[in-house]
Amino acid sequence: MTATAPRTDADTAAVRRAIASTARPPRPGPLATALTFGWRGMLKIKHVPEQLIDVTITPVLFVLMFTYLFGGALAGSTSAYLQYVLPGILVMSVVFTTVYSGVALNTDLTKGVVDRFRSLPIWRPAPLLGALLGDSVRYVLAGTVILVLGVALGYRPEGGAAGALAALALVVVFSFGLSWVYSAVGLVLRSPSAVLNGGFMVLFPLTFLSNVFVDPRTLPGPLRAFVDVNPISVLATATRSLMAGAPDGTAIAVSLAVAAGLAAVFLPVTTRLYRSR
Amino acid sequence: MTSGSTLAIEATGLAKSYGETRAVAGVDLAVPAGAIYGVLGPNGAGKTTTIRMLATIVPPDAGTARVLGHDVVTEADAVRGLVSLTGQLASVDEELTGRENLVLVGRLLGHRRAAARARADELLEAFGIAGAAGKLVKHYSGGMRRRLDIAASIVVTPQLAFLDEPTTGLDPRSRNQVWEIVRALVAEGTTVLLCTQYLEEADQLADGIVVIDRGRVIAEGTPGQLKASVGNGALHVRLLDPARRPEAARLLESAVGTVTLEPDPAALSAACSDADRAATAVGALGRAGVGLADFSLDQPSLDEVFLSLTGHLAEEPAPATQEAS
Repeated sequence: MTATAPRTDADTAAVRRAIASTARPPRPGPLATALTFGWRGMLKIKHVPEQLIDVTITPVLFVLMFTYLFGGALAGSTSAYLQYVLPGILVMSVVFTTVYSGVALNTDLTKGVVDRFRSLPIWRPAPLLGALLGDSVRYVLAGTVILVLGVALGYRPEGGAAGALAALALVVVFSFGLSWVYSAVGLVLRSPSAVLNGGFMVLFPLTFLSNVFVDPRTLPGPLRAFVDVNPISVLATATRSLMAGAPDGTAIAVSLAVAAGLAAVFLPVTTRLYRSR
Repeated sequence: MTSGSTLAIEATGLAKSYGETRAVAGVDLAVPAGAIYGVLGPNGAGKTTTIRMLATIVPPDAGTARVLGHDVVTEADAVRGLVSLTGQLASVDEELTGRENLVLVGRLLGHRRAAARARADELLEAFGIAGAAGKLVKHYSGGMRRRLDIAASIVVTPQLAFLDEPTTGLDPRSRNQVWEIVRALVAEGTTVLLCTQYLEEADQLADGIVVIDRGRVIAEGTPGQLKASVGNGALHVRLLDPARRPEAARLLESAVGTVTLEPDPAALSAACSDADRAATAVGALGRAGVGLADFSLDQPSLDEVFLSLTGHLAEEPAPATQEAS
């Protein structure tokens, strides 16, 4: 900036030139439009990096608490338990982040900018798809934080870096599917905090009643039956197998199928809700 | 008034309900191309819902509308390609910078990155926002936010611009700037549909006006025609002693015409366009010993138009001063 104050008035002659000087460019394709919305998501992370703290601090606390507080009692030693629990917490942290997709969407709807998007000649699902693509970057960041922390604490994936990356990719893809559910929830509930509370009310029991924290062999029969069919357990099993370097084909296939199923059901529902709200 | 001219908007029986509330209860519109058309009404009259249906954001429950020749329901995408919307809440992203907002819209409309940036800079400069281009919009003043909002609406110049209360909450200086921009838009060939609750705004800008109240059109015409429909002028009188208002009302009624008691207990006015008759009336008050604080003869304002059409005031709120330093 120079020493002179910036002009803060509209310049009518320049406004007229600006209005007169436009040609309409050809319409962008659906993918390009969605990626532009993804870019918008990135800009928000850039401007408000604090929002990432929300999604990383809880899993970090869980890693530390479970490993050092319960680990010895549950698995004989903290290092043995860390080896068991870390892939599970990777699942938990990334899956929890999907709730924030619904919160962000709900927040968006209270702002006038959504009317702008709705009045533009663009592919209708692009704002949603783009937002979720942007959120996928958040999932990768949340997952990376957990992996780096785990390695720092002594976790060693037998599958090596390739196994860890494959596991991260699986978790992110699953979360992308699940995030359509929370987008729908974000469009139905009235306030961002209702989305947050509602989301965690479902995800907390689902995560704890799974094999994320404990080996289900010691559980009573009915509970164990639930834990075994809980998709979070299946995903945790698949993730563990990838990180251990011994991929469990069935668990991976089921996880991907659940993600695809959720997206197939909730993508149209969410798009329809977005249009009508 | 529409015969022979092209219509930018043709709406018949538009209606929309939200739950029990009939936000819009059958609105007909015929908006000629190339002009500013005002939709005037108090808060909650159904202006925003009407604009949202015409801009294809919400589908109508009943009725049809064609915007620039395209049906808003069956050809919504074609409509979107020709119009722009400046919403009542500023339709910009508060968590992005001003520049990012304009680049975002440019990219969504199909500009390549470099072209979107160049267009954003051109608009920021013209609208006097270049100095704050890198600041987050949530830190903008009300006037800057509005100008950015309108800039976002003309990243590609639309054939028709919907402006929903573009000056609500602005101080007079910012309001005048927005008015200048709206005039420039029309001068370059864009049709503007302007919703406003400010009677002065419609009077200043609009070539034609519809007045909406409780979801229905209650009057239509040019500002001049609407004024003529309630007579050509009014004699305003303020008394020294409010207790003598009934007596003053009787005297004015017999001297000039229909008397309106104003909210101020000492004030009243009478429909009157003739200065001689007004002088006679004032003289009659003086002879009767009714002391006057002041009197005036003026042309009717749109406020009076609104009052005479609806029987209630437009509930115009005091303009807030939002323009921060």
